[in-house]
Amino acid sequence: MASTFKQKSILPGFGLSLGFTVLYLSLIVLIPLAAVFLKTSTLSWHQFWQIASAPRAVASYKLSFGASAIAACINLVFGLIVAWVLVRYTFPGKGLFDSLVDLPFALPTAVAGIALTSIYASNGWIGQYLQPLGIKAAYSRLGVVIALTFTGLPFVVRTVQPVLEDLDKEMEEAAASLGADRWQTITRVLLPAVLPAALTGFAMAFARAVGEYGSVVFISGNMPMRTEITPLLIITKLEQYDYAGATAIAVVMLVASFALLLAINLLQAWSGGRSRSKSSAASADLALGEA
Amino acid sequence: MKKGLIVLALILSLSALGLAQGSVTLLNVSYDPTRELYQDYDAAFAKYWKAKTGQAVEIQQSHGGSSKQARAVIDGLEADVVTLALAYDIDAISEKANLLPANWQSRLPNNSSPYTSTIIFLVRKGNPKGIKDWDDLIRPGVSVITPNPKTSGGARWNYLGAWGYALKKSGGDEAKARDFVAKLYKNVPVLDSGARGSTTTFVERGMGDVLIAWENEVLLGAKDLGQDKFDIVVPSVSILCEPTVSIVDKVVDKRGTRAVAQAYLEYLYSPEGQEIAAKRYYRPRSPEVAKKYASQFPKVKLFTLAEIAGDWQKAQKTHFADGGVFDQIYQPN
Repeated sequence: MASTFKQKSILPGFGLSLGFTVLYLSLIVLIPLAAVFLKTSTLSWHQFWQIASAPRAVASYKLSFGASAIAACINLVFGLIVAWVLVRYTFPGKGLFDSLVDLPFALPTAVAGIALTSIYASNGWIGQYLQPLGIKAAYSRLGVVIALTFTGLPFVVRTVQPVLEDLDKEMEEAAASLGADRWQTITRVLLPAVLPAALTGFAMAFARAVGEYGSVVFISGNMPMRTEITPLLIITKLEQYDYAGATAIAVVMLVASFALLLAINLLQAWSGGRSRSKSSAASADLALGEA
Repeated sequence: MKKGLIVLALILSLSALGLAQGSVTLLNVSYDPTRELYQDYDAAFAKYWKAKTGQAVEIQQSHGGSSKQARAVIDGLEADVVTLALAYDIDAISEKANLLPANWQSRLPNNSSPYTSTIIFLVRKGNPKGIKDWDDLIRPGVSVITPNPKTSGGARWNYLGAWGYALKKSGGDEAKARDFVAKLYKNVPVLDSGARGSTTTFVERGMGDVLIAWENEVLLGAKDLGQDKFDIVVPSVSILCEPTVSIVDKVVDKRGTRAVAQAYLEYLYSPEGQEIAAKRYYRPRSPEVAKKYASQFPKVKLFTLAEIAGDWQKAQKTHFADGGVFDQIYQPN
């Protein structure tokens, strides 16, 4: 890493492409984010802290990050299963299912929110059966998790799918022939290989969920302290012309999201390195076994 | 090359023709329930303006939550005129972006409010919970649908209607009024961000026993919503809602549309303009037109904002600003 500046790459066009990358990232990402920090700097530390740590704001962080984490976990588990089914089996209508996965990407989130609300409201298709069980799906925290699970669905599937496709079936067969049972094949051979990709998918689903606004506001009920997500709190502040207050909350979200993504990326790098050394050890084992 | 020149000449002459005829566009930035009103009014005004000056005018409309619309204008949406749910939102445009003078409200009759409305209730058919007045909204077990007053102009009128009722009933006891609105909002299961959102929650999702809403919205929507499913309940007293209008000085001066924008707003006060408002269930200011349409508006005693909360600046600060009375309702204790 450190040698990149000393040692020039033999590939031409480094200066131009790096310049372009820096400019592009600045225009699209850095400058707007810097504006957020700049606007916040009109507040004193004391004011900033007061806004950022108000009970209502804290309640919204808990909901936003908590519900996003739950939704991303659900998507991690079920996304892996969906990806597995789509890669390893052939069945009629597979193409259809495959494209269904992308639907939450393409659908305007407001449409998703309205659709989910009408289904899970107490007079909706699913909601009417949940109601007698004492489960309130729409207009509750559960509703928030449902909406976030919906919008995050494609991420894990789409990141894990290509990895599974590259993973030869022979690996599993080899594991089986070497005496691994089904469970061992999954935990020792498959999971380590797909874990980095799955973590990436998890991180993307999580990040998307934290920022999600459109679909959640329809289904959450938006009650302060209970079902108010942080993006809604930001919008609420904006609608009261409280720009500085809105950006203060935005900064908290930004920093928290960035820290979490960084942590997940580090975790992923670590697990990637580990699985690579593990799989090379495994192939060495295999080679030894064959000899 | 020659062909290009001809095309260019054609375009130039066409646009010159357009200028000669003096076609002009106006952007009216308004709030949600005025959609139908301005649809009719814009057509009528275009006709009137054409007959008066020979100039064709095309009016573009933008609708949305009142505060959101004001924020769009503050952030640079070039509105020639703003017709918003409450004076506070136009105040904000003056205050934050300095696009119009602070005394804008004194420039047109009736505090720049050409039509009014009030706040009434919509209940499920047959009124199963027996809701008759504001008092019934705070009964335990009654579920009330109203949007978030921090984001919706209409919701602020709803809130102030409840506040005013309690204040009047208790003979001006603010502590009692505070207690009343706190109890009312404890009965609210969903806080939508705008009035239309609340209507959807009540009508489509079947949430709540009573919807607090604009009179014009309820009367206009009575047919669409399904008369067999809902009943209108008119409380004993309610608040006089005064939606306000103004030209946006900096924009009209920049675009050279001051004369037509001014006329556009003044025409709202004309008998024709008042009739259109009345037909769309806004209460007209003109006594003659009001008399003519009296039968379509329920009889309700109205109090003004000034009687119960002073002006909008004061109301906003006391009730809706961060840490205000509305926030205190949701404070855990």
